[in-house]
Amino acid sequence: MTTTRPLLGSPMTRLEGREKVTGTARYAVDYPVDRVAYAWPVPAAVARGEITAVDATAALADPAVLAVLSYENAPRLHDTDDRTLAVLQSPHIAHRGQFAALAVATSLEAARGAAAAIRVAYAPEPHDVILTRDHPGLYKPDEVDEGMPTDREHGDFDTVYARAQVRLDAVYETPPLHNHPLEPHAATAMWDGDDLTVYDSNQGATAVQHVLAELFGLATGKIHVINEHVGGGFGSKGTARPHVVLAAMAARVVRRPVKLALPRNQLAAVTGHRSPTIQRIRIGADTEGHVQALAHEVTTQISALDGFVEPAAVVSRVMYAAPNSRTTHRVTRLDVPTPSWMRAPGECPGMFALESAMDELAIACGVDPIELRVRNEPTVEPDSGLPFSSRHLVECLREGTRRFGWHDRDPRIAGKHEGRLLIGSGVAASTYPVYVMASHAEAHAGPDGSYEVHVSASDIGTGARTVLTQIAADALGVPLDRVRVRVGSSDLPPASVAGASSGTASWGWPVHKACTELRQRLEALGHSVPEQGLTVAADIAEDLDDREDYARHAFGAQFAEVQVDTVTGETRVRRLLGVFAAGRILNPRTARSQFIGGMTMGLGMALLEGSTMDPAFGDYAERDLASYHVPACADVPEIDVHWIEEEDPQLNPMGSKGIGEIGIVGTAAAIANAVHHATGVRIRALPIHPAVLMPPLAGARQASPS
Amino acid sequence: MKEFRYERPADADAAVALLTDAPGAAYLGGGTNLVDLMKLGVAAPDLLVDVSRLPFEEVTETDGGGLSIGAAVRNSTLASRGIVRERYPIVSEALLSGAPAQLRNAATVGGNLLQRTRCLYFQDVGKPCNKRQPGSGCPAREGVHRDLAILGASEHCVATNPSDLAVALAALDAMVHLVSAAGPRSLPLTELHRLPGDEPHRDTVLRHGELITAVELPPPVPDGRSAYRKARDRASFAFALASVAAVLQVRGGLVHHVRIAFGALAARPWRARVAEEALLGQPATEEAFGQAIDRELAAARPLRDNGYKVPLARRLAVSVLADLAAPEHGGPR
Repeated sequence: MTTTRPLLGSPMTRLEGREKVTGTARYAVDYPVDRVAYAWPVPAAVARGEITAVDATAALADPAVLAVLSYENAPRLHDTDDRTLAVLQSPHIAHRGQFAALAVATSLEAARGAAAAIRVAYAPEPHDVILTRDHPGLYKPDEVDEGMPTDREHGDFDTVYARAQVRLDAVYETPPLHNHPLEPHAATAMWDGDDLTVYDSNQGATAVQHVLAELFGLATGKIHVINEHVGGGFGSKGTARPHVVLAAMAARVVRRPVKLALPRNQLAAVTGHRSPTIQRIRIGADTEGHVQALAHEVTTQISALDGFVEPAAVVSRVMYAAPNSRTTHRVTRLDVPTPSWMRAPGECPGMFALESAMDELAIACGVDPIELRVRNEPTVEPDSGLPFSSRHLVECLREGTRRFGWHDRDPRIAGKHEGRLLIGSGVAASTYPVYVMASHAEAHAGPDGSYEVHVSASDIGTGARTVLTQIAADALGVPLDRVRVRVGSSDLPPASVAGASSGTASWGWPVHKACTELRQRLEALGHSVPEQGLTVAADIAEDLDDREDYARHAFGAQFAEVQVDTVTGETRVRRLLGVFAAGRILNPRTARSQFIGGMTMGLGMALLEGSTMDPAFGDYAERDLASYHVPACADVPEIDVHWIEEEDPQLNPMGSKGIGEIGIVGTAAAIANAVHHATGVRIRALPIHPAVLMPPLAGARQASPS
Repeated sequence: MKEFRYERPADADAAVALLTDAPGAAYLGGGTNLVDLMKLGVAAPDLLVDVSRLPFEEVTETDGGGLSIGAAVRNSTLASRGIVRERYPIVSEALLSGAPAQLRNAATVGGNLLQRTRCLYFQDVGKPCNKRQPGSGCPAREGVHRDLAILGASEHCVATNPSDLAVALAALDAMVHLVSAAGPRSLPLTELHRLPGDEPHRDTVLRHGELITAVELPPPVPDGRSAYRKARDRASFAFALASVAAVLQVRGGLVHHVRIAFGALAARPWRARVAEEALLGQPATEEAFGQAIDRELAAARPLRDNGYKVPLARRLAVSVLADLAAPEHGGPR
């Protein structure tokens, strides 16, 4: 008898890996299309105002130019609840960089040339683009994310905080951050009568299909969205973006297929970003570090076109036992680009603040930062009072302590030198909720013993296609090579977006369900497949409704060792360790990649990334990857990732939690805490540039004779 | 991008002739900067004259014991040459601290010296910039200028020169050899780039059609020690926040020869002549270095958000000089 390795939990290599590394995988504008035209947008040159005239004479003088579209002549779109998609519908400009016009031509060069030749005249209006803690426009939004309450209050924060033996009151800031996926937002759009096909770079073909149907007033079935391969999104492709609407509109007008790939220098204004946050944290504790009162108050911004309210205080409703607490969000509407999702929205900036504050509290109480977190471990979710389906934060901290060698660390501040370098280490916790969204799948058995599984999932580089094949083969009880999973098309059974770390659960569950039922039906048929094959469809809506109430979250602990050059203020990370408890890990290879990717992005947030709002012009000044610094290979040291085996029956049939986002949560705090340990300088506003560290280091150096 | 013609002449005379007759033409080296600027609409030449394959690809010793570097030598080639690494290590260090390997493989020595500022306003055709569009204004002074100049700027422009190589060459007293329709001439590297004054659109003193053919280094200073150090946000593939190239020769504990050049502080590599003069004959101590650099940086006029460059440049220079003066006590490089 031969034993086979279980498929779930195996480190399968990516099924499309070879296509990607050999360059044959096709992305949104890679498809060869006959008679294709190219579109190039014209970004608005004012931060707020009205377009008074669009002069396309010079642009149209080039015979290669097929059309110039603006609000004056663009086809009318139906309304949706996302006002960023109402492209070229109004002369009103809500922010600099919003699309004012579009050139369409038979070559990319002609389109770009035409865009530069279009003269748009504006009547500018005064603009307001800078967020402050006391901005007069601050208000309390109805909710901060779908269904999340804006404010929560437990006990009596004010009284308990005022009487606490140890009090911390600090303000933390995170800058605007941009997703900047390697593949820009891009689409190829083709009409065939009233049928629209788009190859689009997005994180959810079903969602984009529905939005395009709404905008163009067509039945959903008329729209075909294909996203076979997607070169990253990090949230910025989580909903339909304006580029795909422009491409579809242009294709309809010029009656030819149209390709539109946004140039990198336009992305910052129109594809979403993480809003800046100003977060005040107050903690009242006893001298042993038991938190008695916790307030986490967030100030952030949205645009004149709405956008997403960064729910940064929500983590303080989950992490620590605090009998008296207050978590609030206030937002102001500015004339800025529209914010959206970026990897771990809410959790990522929120945990920078909370986990920095916990480090400050540990130092104030003289308690080891790991021990401090253990002392404040809740028995139930603090805000909801629900039991956790599983929570192994303490185990992650303990395992990390051992692997990192935390006990060898000298807790004294600025105590470790190597020449002109100061060395320090820090820790922070990670958390991310477990989300599952309703999705459908179909499993088909062919008479030749092959299986095909269909689900409109999106593989944005995570390995979704691979892990879904593992789930299907496991449920069917057949080898991997007998199963083909098709993803990346809205013509497949509708499924949810690749977002909120929910893909594997949301798609894997109906795949598992369809395959399990197919297997049972085949067994009932004595394994004889009918000539036409056998197909089973599954929908998990009812399964989701039937779930018991639990607080479901993944947890983790991150450890960082940094060196700070005392001469230059340059901080470099020497090593990072992440230990996570995220349910059952279905594919260790692709999972490790997700954790490492998240931590790398967290390193970027800590030390490098940040967009600067130009107050005079109202746009983000860094608009290319030479000025918006993401980590280069030389910045990324050894990243060590481990996980705790977690059995949790309250999740889904695979027992998995999402892993796409938790890696970025806590990294920045661990690094900032390490910088403090190394230097004694507490940086509460990211990123930790040499420009930020230089003044305190220069001051300290001059004050003490060395 | 507007359409342009492309020519690849066989020799320098032909290249110069092509450019001299065409006011809208530009020389093309590795293209790592110019082609980007063309895509952004910042540069719009109607003729590109490719000089990257002209016969200026040699690195040769000169009769006087110096080194002649052809203008078309690739950055990666120059950085890896044995004679450069042995005798002029700061040239290698400066080159290797810039760009990633792919760009260094393409970029030429001549092109490196003529690359343009990375000021964000210069690169954004949707905004004013006196360097790009004379008289339109300089929004950087009040806007985003964390990376920009603290020395030698004017009310019209606060851009910096981004080259690492030029900083090392400035400290080595390099000469630049040129050819034009009027014939050949040579300039000290330190006189190639201009401060902005009221003509910020002119980066250099080159006349239209003038071509860099070679860079010449004098013989190394006997017993001189040298170092290039660069501070930057990111560990690679980032322009300097400040950099310093220094050559130091100490005799009997006194400074006998010193050259100090700063990068990323001004529109040209900034030779710290005030500091050099102050140090000659002085004890090679950290205190003396600090005082001399302070005198140099007294001319600094930082803007709202780039004041950090003053202590950064001071500390970089003092640290590098102190390491050179007492190599056995030097910290990690």
